[in-house]
Amino acid sequence: MKLLRLAPENTKFPFMRFRRVSYPFSALMSLIAVALFVFRGMNFGIDFAGGTVIELRAKSGAAEVGTLRTIGEGLHLGDIEVQAFGNPADATLRFGLQPGGDVAQQAAVERVRGAVDAYYDLRRVEVVGPRVSNELVQSGTLGVVLSIIAVLTYLWFRFEWQFAIGAVIATMHDLLLTVGFFSITQLEFNTTSIAAILTIVGYSLNETVVVLDRIRENMRKYKKMATAQMVDMSINAVLPRTIMTATTVMLALFALVAFGGQVIRSFSVAMIWGIFVATYSSIFICSPMLIYLGLRNEDADKAAQKHETEHKAETAVSARDEAAAAPANPPTAAEKTPAPSRKATTKRATKTRPA
Amino acid sequence: MLRFSTWKLFAIVAMTLAAVLIVAPSMLSASHYEELKSRLPSWLVPPTIVLGLDLQGGSHVMLEVDQADLISTQVKNLRDDVRRILREEKVAITGGIGATARGVQVRVADPEDREKVLPKLRQLRNGFSNALLGGPSPLDVEASPDGLIRVTVTDAGLTDKSRKAVEQSIEVIRRRVDALGTREPSIQRQGDDRVLVQVPGLQDPETLKEILGKTAKLEFRLVAEPGQNPSETEELDQVDQEGKIAVEKTVMVKGEDLTDAQPGFDQQRSGEPVVNFRFNIRGAQAFGEVTSKNVGRLFAIVLDNKVISAPRILTPITGGSGQISGRFTVEQANNLAILLRAGALPAKLNIVEERTVGPGLGQDSIDAGKRAAYVGAGLVVIYMLITYGVFGVFANLALFVHIAFIFAGLVLLGSTLTLPGIAGIVLTIGMAVDSNVLIYERIREENHAGRSILASLDAGFTRAFATIVDSNVTMFVAAAILYFLGTGPVRGFAVSLALGILTTIVTAVTMTRIMIAVWYHYARPTKLPI
Repeated sequence: MKLLRLAPENTKFPFMRFRRVSYPFSALMSLIAVALFVFRGMNFGIDFAGGTVIELRAKSGAAEVGTLRTIGEGLHLGDIEVQAFGNPADATLRFGLQPGGDVAQQAAVERVRGAVDAYYDLRRVEVVGPRVSNELVQSGTLGVVLSIIAVLTYLWFRFEWQFAIGAVIATMHDLLLTVGFFSITQLEFNTTSIAAILTIVGYSLNETVVVLDRIRENMRKYKKMATAQMVDMSINAVLPRTIMTATTVMLALFALVAFGGQVIRSFSVAMIWGIFVATYSSIFICSPMLIYLGLRNEDADKAAQKHETEHKAETAVSARDEAAAAPANPPTAAEKTPAPSRKATTKRATKTRPA
Repeated sequence: MLRFSTWKLFAIVAMTLAAVLIVAPSMLSASHYEELKSRLPSWLVPPTIVLGLDLQGGSHVMLEVDQADLISTQVKNLRDDVRRILREEKVAITGGIGATARGVQVRVADPEDREKVLPKLRQLRNGFSNALLGGPSPLDVEASPDGLIRVTVTDAGLTDKSRKAVEQSIEVIRRRVDALGTREPSIQRQGDDRVLVQVPGLQDPETLKEILGKTAKLEFRLVAEPGQNPSETEELDQVDQEGKIAVEKTVMVKGEDLTDAQPGFDQQRSGEPVVNFRFNIRGAQAFGEVTSKNVGRLFAIVLDNKVISAPRILTPITGGSGQISGRFTVEQANNLAILLRAGALPAKLNIVEERTVGPGLGQDSIDAGKRAAYVGAGLVVIYMLITYGVFGVFANLALFVHIAFIFAGLVLLGSTLTLPGIAGIVLTIGMAVDSNVLIYERIREENHAGRSILASLDAGFTRAFATIVDSNVTMFVAAAILYFLGTGPVRGFAVSLALGILTTIVTAVTMTRIMIAVWYHYARPTKLPI
């Protein structure tokens, strides 16, 4: 049976070379995201802005958005937003906090009910008062900040510090771009969106950790290889998995967007964007960061640069590299692997080396 | 690679069977489940998965003690106490009892009088709160040399009152909600000044709000007569009429002296809906006394400071029962009877958050969630099959068990399944196979590097394991934080996500490993099938 392969075999993309493009590009995108957040703002749902959402279903089978808007404006509830979605019988009404506190909010719902009761069923009513919405903002922000701190700590224990910094920068990048996405699409931002953001953070780190794990493994195995080359090799090695996993998660998410209904659509759409960004950042943001942060011995990095520009004979450089690195890096577990595997790795090393 | 302990195999088979048995009843229709329950001993039948309010429909209402109202009540009580002490000690004051933001002030010119009054005022603390023993004082009593005495309710005192109000409210609310006859309402305290009421499967959420939002403080007072001292009367709104009506401040009988209240119809006249009530002995005596003395006058029935009606006292009412009429609808009379039976709330409660989902929308959400889950799982299963062939079959079997484990986990933890929770499960379906993908790709890689099939399989599982743990821990951390900070539906998402991450380690790693080992043992392949 011929099996499907989405990712080409044995790729040798020089990902690290793109860092001169990907960094300015991502920096620009992040700046745009911040600018969007500041100037365009988010479409905060009632969870965070306070206010009322009422979902209506027309008894006649056809919701009249225009009429609803006129009725809504006639009730003097401030800015009122009427939207149709999915089913032609359905519409949502949304309006902001009413002056006069929680009692006034409830009174406003009563007025709407009184005005539309004859023609519409109220299928969903959500009212969030000012104090509750403030608390939700606080707990949402706290959640995002805490998760970043917690993950930083875990990675710091589990990996070298450069890895942790790289992962956190990649995660922040994903976070900013997701916020920018919410701003540009004006998707409603509510507590489910915080769930989406935290899941994206989790997924982004998941991706990053898979790449970092391989880099760490190869770092021990190929002490003689230039950092950029070694990182490239690692990313290429995990590329089939990266593509495969992103595809399966996307399949699940597309099913949610298409069939999951109105309530979780903004969650699913945001997640799709997040998966895309997370995959990009694990390759183009986190990994090059390791080089910028001087993951290896400085001599090795210099050697790597020399290698890239001058195409010098590699053996001489590597010999020097190993001599310099030896006292700094005590022998690791990987070095003590038995002979056969050692042989296999050297064989592969020569294979992956560019001609 | 080929060897694995028998107990591991046994444990996995047992866990899978257990999961299926635990989940199976939840898949039955309600009537079949009831039948199963009646046939088997109850401890044998696991509970079904609890659906969140967003899926089964229902109301989530958060009530908060109205601080302004609480303060004004406390200040009013304080003023009465101070007046009583001054009277008992026969102390003269200059000016009246003045109000401050959170208390009262009096000017006692005579230093001797001050010495007499101050200890008494300080004693008010003890009656005010039972938060004794070292806690911050609930009342502040300050005296300045020029004779001004201030009594102020402190923050601690207010918090204490509001906490107590919440405690008493929960009882009252429970009685009110129970009267609606809904199943399994949940009434919980939230923090110092809130009560969260969750009532699933409500057909008419309006009635719930109606009976939650009312303090239901019932008072019988005399309507003021022309020429009465204005300081003893106050103007109150009327429920069914424009304009205010002046009534005496003195309360004849309070709602707490009612023993029963039932909706009914006015037998003598119009046949309109009314509420019939009965007083306890104290209430009956007081009411009989007042009505005997005041035949011909109007008395006002006051609910939450609004006059429902003000009938004339035609004859003394000494039987201890009566009737409230006020042009009610049948529903209003019903609700009022429920409120009067359940008693008044100790403080005014405001609705600060409400989320109500009608039963129709809930069912739609269940259908949508199911459809998304089937389609999502179907796509992933097909994709794994066409990518990994026979190994894909193993991964898919593991995925099936993984889903059973998640649902079994939900049943065992008794946590609710919400719509975001379903989204979480669909998401973990996509992510669960990630562990398999990591392993399979590693196996391929090792095989391409020239290792034998067996060595590649072994290396694939061992090497990928560390990565799987690392990457899942980070995801788990995100889910855990979401759980502790989230509420309601979002919490449901966190639970499914966390469960999904935990079970994937068992299913994707251990289960697939055993399946592949067994397959290798029998198939003895010469070429890796992926």
